[in-house]
Amino acid sequence: MRIGLIGQPNCGKSTLFNQVAGYKAETGNFSGTTVTFIESQVRVLGSVVDVVDLPGTYTLAGTNPAEREVIKYLTSNAVDVVINVLDASHLSLGLAMTVELLELEIPIVIALNMMDEADRIGIHIDVEMLKNMFDVPVIPMIASKGRGIQPCFVQAVQVGQRNQKPKPPSYSHDIESSLTLLERELEAVESYLNPRALAIKLLEGDQSLIDQVLSQKPEILKDLRSIQDELTHSRGKTTDWIINEERTKLSDQVAQQVIRQGKRNITFRDKLDDILLHPIIGYIGLIIILYLFFQGVYTFGGWIEAPLMDFFAQFEVWLVSRFGGGEGILSQILIGVIQGISGGVAIVLPYLVPFLVGLGILEDVGYLPRIAFLMDSLMHKIGLHGKSIVPFILGFGCNVPAIMSTRILEDKRERFISAALSTLVPCAARLSVVFGLVAFYLGPGLALAIYLFNLFVIALTAKILSKIVPDTSPGLILEMPVYRVPTLRTVFSKAWWRIREFIVEAWPLLIVGSVVLAILNYLNVAIFLNTLVRPFSWVLGLPHEVGVPLIFGVLRKELSLVMLGQALGSMEFSTVLTPVQMITYAVFVVFYIPCLATMIVIRKELGGKAMWLIVAMTTVIATIAGLFARGLAELFF
Amino acid sequence: MNLLDVPINQSVRIVTYSGGKGVSFKLRQLGLCPGKEVKILRYAPMGGPLMVDAGGRSVAIGRGIAARVQVEVI
Repeated sequence: MRIGLIGQPNCGKSTLFNQVAGYKAETGNFSGTTVTFIESQVRVLGSVVDVVDLPGTYTLAGTNPAEREVIKYLTSNAVDVVINVLDASHLSLGLAMTVELLELEIPIVIALNMMDEADRIGIHIDVEMLKNMFDVPVIPMIASKGRGIQPCFVQAVQVGQRNQKPKPPSYSHDIESSLTLLERELEAVESYLNPRALAIKLLEGDQSLIDQVLSQKPEILKDLRSIQDELTHSRGKTTDWIINEERTKLSDQVAQQVIRQGKRNITFRDKLDDILLHPIIGYIGLIIILYLFFQGVYTFGGWIEAPLMDFFAQFEVWLVSRFGGGEGILSQILIGVIQGISGGVAIVLPYLVPFLVGLGILEDVGYLPRIAFLMDSLMHKIGLHGKSIVPFILGFGCNVPAIMSTRILEDKRERFISAALSTLVPCAARLSVVFGLVAFYLGPGLALAIYLFNLFVIALTAKILSKIVPDTSPGLILEMPVYRVPTLRTVFSKAWWRIREFIVEAWPLLIVGSVVLAILNYLNVAIFLNTLVRPFSWVLGLPHEVGVPLIFGVLRKELSLVMLGQALGSMEFSTVLTPVQMITYAVFVVFYIPCLATMIVIRKELGGKAMWLIVAMTTVIATIAGLFARGLAELFF
Repeated sequence: MNLLDVPINQSVRIVTYSGGKGVSFKLRQLGLCPGKEVKILRYAPMGGPLMVDAGGRSVAIGRGIAARVQVEVI
């Protein structure tokens, strides 16, 4: 048996899922789409059932691709019963979707979640009456405290076993007679929807369904249009609005009957927005919160990274000594494997884990949408929206979580631009190049200048990119959920799933990439690599030996400093490079091609095309920025 | 009058809105339909979005969209 969890965003659906799901939960995609869901096995009454956490949607309109996938999934035989999770403190809004679910006539149980929150704001809900009005089981629940979960799943299993379908909601007389007319014509039509639900969606004007029906029965179009025209004429608005109005009318009626509004206790949480969204204090708060977040991730990562790197360095020396001193192909491959493993364990994971936990907390508290609210006008000036600030800030720690965090953006264009820009943000590894080369030999002032120059280039790139890929989204419309205390279980489960994705999908590629570079190293292709990079090093006035460190720097950015020493034959850079060359090299390293781990994550999140576009873009930007830095530096040195 | 003309803490009723399908779809999703009451909670500074209360749910709306939402004072 399979149970589907469905509900609007912020209804506590994922809290419920995480309360019941095991660590073996699997994420999956609806076939042929990027719409994801999570599935896990749960033990109910001694038998094992599958529980699917469907993406949170506000409505079930077929016009939205993600929502259409959800409808298709629900109406295919994949799911035996759905648990419709409702936020009891925002009941009337959630019921609108319940009405849509009832139209689908699939076995359903309503979980009335967040009863404690409803209590707090003085909302009393007559559960019995709600049960009777829809004639479906309703179970009160406080998922965050584990209350009501067991009875809800027991009820769901029973409803599923009996295949107990709900009665579809009935609408006004004129709609009903139109539906009866249409239904009769649709009897022989094959669809994933039942005839009545199909009739409703056709009336609404769902184009993909209309096309589907017309391909089977073209003559229906005339009748559909005349029914639509008639309704539009008598009600004075288009049919999609009429249907929407009917659903809202019904859900409002039910809400009015079952909700009794008592006294609302104003608590600290209600006042929090007065501080956190204050025109002045709000921004100070934002800076402090983001600084603490960044600093927390960075400090924690640093603690773990340094000893792990030491360990791997010693391990590598030891292993190489056992395999004949590091000259043979075998030891080279071993070095490659170790570097790939250590790159994942020691460099990416120490930052990724605290980052994902921190992001999960910010997400579950409800602060992320507030960032969008505060930053919207500023980010608009470079052609982006408020939430895009998050990947930038994270990029300073490590670009991998920065790319992952673009998931919080809904728009594809926005995701691509933010991902592209966050690869230009100098991560901790590139910081080591800027500091090890420029700050150490030429003074911290110049290092700061490089950072400021970097911000300028990012803003400029954002401007140019948003001109090339124009903004089609109409602007911000975003729910600001109520502040909540996150449950540790949810935060850690979410972090764990994302980390597992990195381990399973990105890490193996990182190891393979390291081995390939190690073999290249063994084959002594330094001359070849240097020649390959020569056009760039020549234009930038750098010695031709920089080819090898730059190419290996793609594997791991700190290698572009470590291997520079090896390539030039001295770690005392002031003896082998001029100040102008140091600045130019540092600027080039700050901007050029993202590291392998970042590239892999870009490919996974945004596709191979986006990855190559970003590689090309960063190469061009790095060359131009390098040239600019060279020209400017030559004026002073 | 449109949503931008409404002072903070004033309750208004949505009359209609103009604009593409995307806008009306998203507004409708969040329960901002014609006939519904909304209250302006706050404005973000520097031409930023505004935050409204729609049936107990707080929603941030960019000014471009807010300008297209026609409302009447209750």
